[in-house]
Amino acid sequence: MAEPAVLTSADDQSTDMTFLFGIMELCGATRLGYFGRSQFYIALKLVAVAQSGFPLRVESINTVKDLPLPRFVASKNEQESRHAASYSSDSENQGSYSGVIPPPPGRGQVKKGSISHDAVQPRASADQQEPASPIVSPQQSPPTSPHTWRKHNRHSSGGNNERPLAGPGPFWSPFGEAQSGSSAGDTVWSGHSPPPPQENWVSFADTPPTSTLLTMHPASVQDQTTVRTVASATTANEIRRQSSSYDDPWKITDEQRQYYINQFKTIQPDLNGFIPGSAAKEFFTKSKLPILELSHIWELSDFDKDGALTLDEFCAAFHLVVARKNGYDLPEKLPESLMPKLIDLEDAADVGDQPGEVGYSGSPAEAPPSKSPSMPSLNQTWPELNQSSEDTAIVHPVPIRMTPSKIHMQEMELKRTSSDHTNPTSPLLVKPSDLSEENKINSTVKFASGNTVADGYSSSDSFTSDPEQIGSNVTRQRSHSGTSPDNIAPPPPPPRPQPSHSRSSSLDMNRTFTVTTGLHIHTGQQQAGVVAHPPAVPPRPQPSQAPGPVAHRPVDADGLMTHTSTSPQQIPEQPNFADFSQFEVLAASNVNEEQDDEAEKHAEVLPVEKASDSASSLRVAKADSKTEEKTAASVPANVSKGTAPLAPPPKPVRRRLKSEDELRPDVDEHTQKTGVLAAVLASQPSIPRSVGKDKKAIQASIRRNKETNTVLARLNSELQQQLKDVLEERISLEVQLEQLRPFSHL
Amino acid sequence: MAVCIAVIAKENYPLYIRSTPMENELKFHYMVHTSLDVVDEKISAMGKALVDQRELYLGLLYPTEDYKVYGFVTNSKVKLVMVVDSSNTALRDNEIRSMFRKLHNSYTDVMCNPFYNPGDRIQSRAFDNMVTSMMIQVC
Repeated sequence: MAEPAVLTSADDQSTDMTFLFGIMELCGATRLGYFGRSQFYIALKLVAVAQSGFPLRVESINTVKDLPLPRFVASKNEQESRHAASYSSDSENQGSYSGVIPPPPGRGQVKKGSISHDAVQPRASADQQEPASPIVSPQQSPPTSPHTWRKHNRHSSGGNNERPLAGPGPFWSPFGEAQSGSSAGDTVWSGHSPPPPQENWVSFADTPPTSTLLTMHPASVQDQTTVRTVASATTANEIRRQSSSYDDPWKITDEQRQYYINQFKTIQPDLNGFIPGSAAKEFFTKSKLPILELSHIWELSDFDKDGALTLDEFCAAFHLVVARKNGYDLPEKLPESLMPKLIDLEDAADVGDQPGEVGYSGSPAEAPPSKSPSMPSLNQTWPELNQSSEDTAIVHPVPIRMTPSKIHMQEMELKRTSSDHTNPTSPLLVKPSDLSEENKINSTVKFASGNTVADGYSSSDSFTSDPEQIGSNVTRQRSHSGTSPDNIAPPPPPPRPQPSHSRSSSLDMNRTFTVTTGLHIHTGQQQAGVVAHPPAVPPRPQPSQAPGPVAHRPVDADGLMTHTSTSPQQIPEQPNFADFSQFEVLAASNVNEEQDDEAEKHAEVLPVEKASDSASSLRVAKADSKTEEKTAASVPANVSKGTAPLAPPPKPVRRRLKSEDELRPDVDEHTQKTGVLAAVLASQPSIPRSVGKDKKAIQASIRRNKETNTVLARLNSELQQQLKDVLEERISLEVQLEQLRPFSHL
Repeated sequence: MAVCIAVIAKENYPLYIRSTPMENELKFHYMVHTSLDVVDEKISAMGKALVDQRELYLGLLYPTEDYKVYGFVTNSKVKLVMVVDSSNTALRDNEIRSMFRKLHNSYTDVMCNPFYNPGDRIQSRAFDNMVTSMMIQVC
């Protein structure tokens, strides 16, 4: 296609004709003498680059992301808009529809030389008038978004993503009039006409977009790979809103839809039901299309990959069959207008979701796990979790008050319950933890949330969606109860109740360990259980990564890496969270009672035991390294509690402890921690404790804490290792993605 | 990053095989064929236990000087074989696993298509695209 005219209009915004020429050169058009599809796409991308002020280089196509869509002065002319839409759909619609969408075609906008930004404004105003600005500017929301338009929008925005350029592409929203849809649909079907003559492009700026995209679509249809980025989805929605009058060649007209529905009823009377694959196969085989094509149509239309067709999917499949029979080539990706979400047009969000989802799935590097029968694998989940969590790399250990006073316990309870409901992936920023940060591994989000203890425990923002978190939360509570200073009685801590926490148990265990130390474990059971399971794969980022120093804890981790961790378990009950206790205890000197618990636990782990309970707790903390703060706090607290020696970790825990002991030396980080802990321990003495009477209990608890510490240390190291592995994997995948991305359109 | 990916049916005939360097395809075909013996050996070794307990991912089947061959078997005894370049040291086991996972998912999607008869060659474009994305990008 000869695109000089296109470019002219397209480059209204660009400052210079030189840009145009440069772009033409870069995209290879000058070499070829014409703009092929790929050249066009590249050119559009370069226009966006140029408009954004980046240097015009070939690499910029791929490297510059989040470019605003190139701004083109959109003509109000229907014709033009139509063309624009079609072209835009051809071109990189996929571009990041991030936000900056070319403002509605400004009337009489300066075509050339107008600075894109400047143009935006006038355009925006101009936009209002046009229901369907040729240039898709998602910013405008059309007064109405007719059903059909939405389809168009989706379709057009999804566009042609055969070459998913990273940058924004000119997003022309092919707004189609709803009413004209039917006619447009017919025309679409009947004729593929070549793209409208170029002069339309020229007048692009002035004509309000109107009607249906017709012929452009046929050409574009084939190339359209609906690569919808999430951004594009949103913009698509908006564009839709703009009441564009473009017709989407893939749009299903009302009559067609009615016909499809009738056909659906003949197979499946219930409109909300499914058509099984076999019935669909027979039905579509009647169309006498080759099996290969039917197979491809099926792949496109069975959106949820369940082997059955819903009404939407059936309509899409039927539409594709009809298209194919009329000579249209099948698209590589399902056009937006045929996406099963078509029904919900009213809700932009819904539509957006769909394209977004599609877009995501379209990316070559990522296989949409929509129906993937993926094998359960931790590695896989971790990266996903990581990505999902806001704080991917940072897990803020939520300091848990190990020695929960009644009040704290109640707070914890509240928090825990609330946090349990919270999205595990959401970073638990709530917690005032300083620690956190480091928990890359899904540090128990829940811990974080649950632990938002007012006492200023640093909460770890871990996005762990692990059950551990929950467990830890639970345990935390227990520990709280246990750690009330009141109970200091040195009676052996009640066996940790939750031996069965599976992943969370590790965290829980930590908690319980810590709790035992000073906490007494009122709740006893809970903590015990927690301790029981040493890290069952705790996604928690326990390991000491916690970079965030526990602010509120004075102890902090001087050197302790804030094992932010996983300590979502910040629950005060986790004495184990040695991380906390380690840091906290020492530094903070009984900032928190809870920390004592942790400290106690940690103490066990760390050989530094000798020091007072605090020392032990510190060590424990180190092992856990997650909740630095907690540990610090808890340690002192625990120590003070002293009395409540760590409840004998549940049997399973004990075993782990032993193994951990062996592993202790393996933990490098722990060594660091130990160092820090030692320091902390030194400071520990400051922690007030009712040591006097608890000497024995304290020693017992110290022992327990040591055990806990070893277990936790081991757990910590394991988790850290896992975290590292996962991170490496993630990095490699990202690299692969990056490598693949530029080539996806080639 | 694979150099060659193959899907072998239960009866040990290929359903899909594709290699990146277009030349030397026969060599890869031969490697895949020889790897089937190793796969069978691993299956039978594990097969004593219940099928459920059997791990789907088989791991490294055998290394050669230039290439490493990894295997994966599904519950329906369909085998996925992947040949990777030995020089690609950055490729870790987890990555191989994830690649197999993706392959498995794509294979399942192909199976779900009613127009696909099990035992036919796989001609799905989506599957092709997915495999392409995994092959070494030499462009």
